[in-house]
Amino acid sequence: MINYFFRRLFTFVLSLALASIVIFSLVEIAPGDPASFMLGINAQADTIAALRAELGLDQPKLSRYLAWISGMLTGDFGISYTYRTNVTEMVGDRLWVSLPLAIYALFLSTVIAIPTGVYAAAKRGKTGDFTVISATQIGIAIPNFWFAIILVGIFAIKLQWFSAGGFSGWQNGMLNGITSLTLPALALALPQAAILSRIMRSALIETLGEDYIRTARAKGLSSWQTIWGHALRNALIPVLTIIGLQFSFLLAGAIIIEQVFYLPGLGRLVFQAITQRDLIVVESVVMLLVFAVILVNFIVDIAYMLVDPRLRQDSI
Amino acid sequence: MIKPNTSLQFGILFCLAPLAMATISFFWQPFDITELNISNRLKSVSLTHPFGTDHFGRDMLTMIMVGARTSIAVAFVAVGIGVLIGVPLGLFAATCRGSIIDDGVMRFNDLVFAFPSLVIAILITAIAGPSAFNAIIAIGIFNIPVFARISRGAALSLWQRDFILSAQVAGKTGFRISIEHILPNLMHILIVQATIQFSLGILAEAGLSYIGLGAQPPTPSWGRMLADAQTMVSLSPRLAIVPGIAIIFTVLGLNLLGDGLRDALDPRLRGSIKK
Repeated sequence: MINYFFRRLFTFVLSLALASIVIFSLVEIAPGDPASFMLGINAQADTIAALRAELGLDQPKLSRYLAWISGMLTGDFGISYTYRTNVTEMVGDRLWVSLPLAIYALFLSTVIAIPTGVYAAAKRGKTGDFTVISATQIGIAIPNFWFAIILVGIFAIKLQWFSAGGFSGWQNGMLNGITSLTLPALALALPQAAILSRIMRSALIETLGEDYIRTARAKGLSSWQTIWGHALRNALIPVLTIIGLQFSFLLAGAIIIEQVFYLPGLGRLVFQAITQRDLIVVESVVMLLVFAVILVNFIVDIAYMLVDPRLRQDSI
Repeated sequence: MIKPNTSLQFGILFCLAPLAMATISFFWQPFDITELNISNRLKSVSLTHPFGTDHFGRDMLTMIMVGARTSIAVAFVAVGIGVLIGVPLGLFAATCRGSIIDDGVMRFNDLVFAFPSLVIAILITAIAGPSAFNAIIAIGIFNIPVFARISRGAALSLWQRDFILSAQVAGKTGFRISIEHILPNLMHILIVQATIQFSLGILAEAGLSYIGLGAQPPTPSWGRMLADAQTMVSLSPRLAIVPGIAIIFTVLGLNLLGDGLRDALDPRLRGSIKK
């Protein structure tokens, strides 16, 4: 068990190291010099050179890479080229939009998916099951940004229940913040809910085929009592894994939705930084997102080991 | 050999529509979409314009037909990249299973999986410049580990089988066994996965085009049409609904096709049908 943990920890650190090299190289080969981009087309060569020196762009690649990594490890993400502010602070501000949005979307997706998935599994092969399956097929096929546009059309423009975009900030009260995140969260949640509902259904159907379920039924429990008391808990393990993975996807995958609703989140920050050649912001935010994904995978694996006794043996 | 099922039939039916539209558009287009006719803009549904016209007076049906080309071409080539690089990689890893090469290939896969694909796709298209070609590369890269992982996994179990052992005894090399015996037995899994990746590719292309990093104007694309429609949702919701339905229809068709093919091609199910 200890052995497995350390092996997993080793691949976790290795993945992070490799990811940082890939991100750094990708951003390095990006055409366009940030210094000349910042100064505009009429800038003098010596002004550009001076700015390059100030930004540290004239340093060799290796030392810039090491400076970037050691900075990130100590929580110092550097200074944004465009905004001249601390990237750590910028990321912090944006996280207050992206993180609640991801949590909100995950909450909605779970609340929709688990009951529908359980219902479909319980009604396996019947009309109820067929309805849920068909709905999830369509849900998976809907691009979330299209759904977002339609939601805006109905709830913001026609009914005027919500604003069509923007974020009012948390300082104007919790309710205001939650209201402006409702449509984006709903748009993000729908396709995720469709996927999760299918996984819930198939996991529960598989569990319902186990011997101990037959025992429970033989004891005289009703089918709903069996599902609630015995099957659901076991069927939830794969569902929790997917929920974990969806969280990191929602954090990183919200870029397009943030564009639709003009939300000042992490995704929009990366998107703007890429177009403005703000390399340090791109590097740091992408690295942060990759870190979140790799960390969630790591936690899910370790949680599996703790939950499933079979994985605890060192032979595996 | 293939037993038709409902998913498969609907899948084929749904997929034929965009495919036919794209093919016909090469030979005949109802209207010329390079010509802007402002006086004719935002015309609603009629016999001459079955889907109406857009804010530049272009015929929406023609836009959807030509847009289908872009979507299908991008997704198809992106899947091709995944198959052509991923499958040999997976087969190679399975041939030298347990070795450091196998481990290396799998770790590389895990690494690519860990990247938020959309962010990297945006990064790639931003670095290389927005175009349909770069969108293909950006989507294709993330198909490689999918096919590598699935073909390695299936090949590993095949390597344990007796008919592979007899091929080894006959003196065939690992390379020949992979090509002659493993690959044909993987086909059904690969076809199903390719269908799923195809549908994901259509969605990804629409997403990239929507934020302006896919096919560039004047090439019509479903994602771009949605981006144009967004500001006009209050004026004419039809502009957003039509390309959206086209995307959903195609993706739904591909997913149904994938499900149907999985049931139809699974050798275990086929055996039970014969009995």
